[in-house]
Amino acid sequence: MQHHFGDFAGSADYVVTPELMHAVNVSIALGKPLLVKGEPGTGKTMLAESIASSLGKELLVWSVKSTTKAREGLYVYDTVQRLYDSQFNEGDVADIGKYIRLGKLGEAFVAKEQPVLLIDEIDKADLEFPNDLLWELDRMEFYIHETKETIRAKNRPIVIITSNAEKELPDPFLRRCVFHYIAFPDKEQMKSIIDVHFDDLEANLLERAMEAFYEIRDVRDIQKKPSTSELIDWIRALQISGVPAEKIAEYLPFAGVLLKKNQDIDAVSRKLGLQKKG
Amino acid sequence: MRSVANLACRKRAETVFIEFFYHLKEQKCNVSLTEWLDLMDALEQGLCGPSLVDFYYLCRSILVKSEAEYDRFDRAFALYFRDLKDATEIPEEVFAWLSDGLQRTKEELMEKWDPLTPRYGLEELRELLAQRLEEQKERHCGGNYWVGTGGTSAFGHGGFAEQGIRIGGEGRYRSALQIAEDRQFRDFREDEILDPRQFQVALRRLRQYSSTVPTEKMELDIDGTIDATSANGGFLKLAFEKPRKNTIKLLLLFDSAGSMLIHSRLCSALFQAVDRSTHFSDLQVYYFHNCIYEHLYKTPRCLRGEWVDTEWVMGNLSSEYRVILVGDGTMAPTELFAPGGNCMVGLFNEIPGIQWLKSIKTRYPHHIWLNPIPKSHWDHVFGHQTLGALSELFPMYELTVEGLTQGIKKLLSDQER
Repeated sequence: MQHHFGDFAGSADYVVTPELMHAVNVSIALGKPLLVKGEPGTGKTMLAESIASSLGKELLVWSVKSTTKAREGLYVYDTVQRLYDSQFNEGDVADIGKYIRLGKLGEAFVAKEQPVLLIDEIDKADLEFPNDLLWELDRMEFYIHETKETIRAKNRPIVIITSNAEKELPDPFLRRCVFHYIAFPDKEQMKSIIDVHFDDLEANLLERAMEAFYEIRDVRDIQKKPSTSELIDWIRALQISGVPAEKIAEYLPFAGVLLKKNQDIDAVSRKLGLQKKG
Repeated sequence: MRSVANLACRKRAETVFIEFFYHLKEQKCNVSLTEWLDLMDALEQGLCGPSLVDFYYLCRSILVKSEAEYDRFDRAFALYFRDLKDATEIPEEVFAWLSDGLQRTKEELMEKWDPLTPRYGLEELRELLAQRLEEQKERHCGGNYWVGTGGTSAFGHGGFAEQGIRIGGEGRYRSALQIAEDRQFRDFREDEILDPRQFQVALRRLRQYSSTVPTEKMELDIDGTIDATSANGGFLKLAFEKPRKNTIKLLLLFDSAGSMLIHSRLCSALFQAVDRSTHFSDLQVYYFHNCIYEHLYKTPRCLRGEWVDTEWVMGNLSSEYRVILVGDGTMAPTELFAPGGNCMVGLFNEIPGIQWLKSIKTRYPHHIWLNPIPKSHWDHVFGHQTLGALSELFPMYELTVEGLTQGIKKLLSDQER
């Protein structure tokens, strides 16, 4: 064991719930990827950064896009470069290894020290994507056909996988993960999160802003609920502009920071009976 | 010393543990043996603190893989441990269960499922078991194996349900049962209502890949390149091929009559999901009012003139389109069966609605009907006669994530008339 259980306890700039902390430590101890889901803005991506910084490990980020293929995380064989080199007699074309570039997962495997690997937004890729990585994540190794070489993890990386979506991750994949759903922080937790971001926040302003924020989130008709990062931006805007705290609930200044859709702003105004003002 | 009472206690504890596994399965928690063994692995490594709360979180993080399942798990957990308390009133038994029952259970499970899990050798397990039994001699039944230096058992007197158990953080005291009974994840249950994203995810299954779709040739074709290069006298010539794309075309027909109003949230969720799905090769949406006649409307308001001829649609959209009809299917019987049944003022249909629907069914072999009315109400809802007739005509599914998923399977299955 490289780790003692309970090594991860959050970091200075990231507030972690005991449940999440527990899940992280279980995943590290069992050597299984931790799959983290939750509403946008609940700090899924930041979790990996926090783990890396608090355990003093290197962080490798594999941002998944709709076009990402599982193989790209392992390695890419640059055929075109090799063909060009052979054309112009440049470099040693016989050495295929020169044209193999490791992807993020490959990098994590060959890293000298145990790294933290973040596979971000895995749900964005094609439905088969997670299944294509089963073997690699399970065995922590893969085979490069071109060089007949097996890349095996020197140190089993700590793998954190984030996802926004609900159901599409295949069962065999899920069975191999430790899972945690980050619930939207309650007022208590939110206060400690905000504390991390602000040094000199007036208590009254915070109180009023939080009240308004949770009221907005409770409005049923809005399509995109404001998240933590929007709340932080909003409080910052309120703070800089010096809006008096008692005015916040009255006309919701800078509502556009919280709500990104016009219909949502309308719905909230209707529900909360806001006064009209710019 | 190992007493008879001790053995009896162990026996009970083992049963308790195996029962918990089957209890979870019975409660439809999708727990696989792999995950169960992982849990035991974790317990063996001492990843579980002395409290039931730790045990609850450990179980949940390993056994449950979706927030939609959290609620089910919470209920199963609460139910099981409540029953246990009522049935036995011996909290120590739970200790024994956690510390010793594990090995035996593992072994029992292994014997049953050995071929599935080559990870653990039976011999190894026997050894571990023997080792445990050795240890067992030293302590009395229900020893504090799992208890930290604090000494007091978290499962102590008074039952673990009532007593608050510390889970860390600043003075937050809650018991596992309280957490489980809170059921704060009930909104995520899949058989209940949902947001567009869930539909979107379900819709993503509606796909069929092929490289015959007219797109640009974007992917490097290595074999082609080698051929082309050879043919080019050894000078490099790159060849590209088309990427494989989804070929599915979708025709969505939405009922937007007044009776659908109460389902508007649900329908809007589905509509948004379809709208956001970019993976279809083509998507056409039309609306109708209760039933389909000569016209299909271009907007949900179903205004006169804002329409196309139903025949035009059938003529222009080929039979490879998958058709999803969305509607409650409830209307006056005349609206479906009689000429002139169209309830829109000033419109008279020569052909009864059912005939139009039949033509659509014949024209498009892949078709389903999604109904926002819960299936359990189909037989006695107001307008159940027409709903019944329609469900005979079209494979009908509830408009839920599960219903949509089943429906999509149907749409993808082989031609069937």
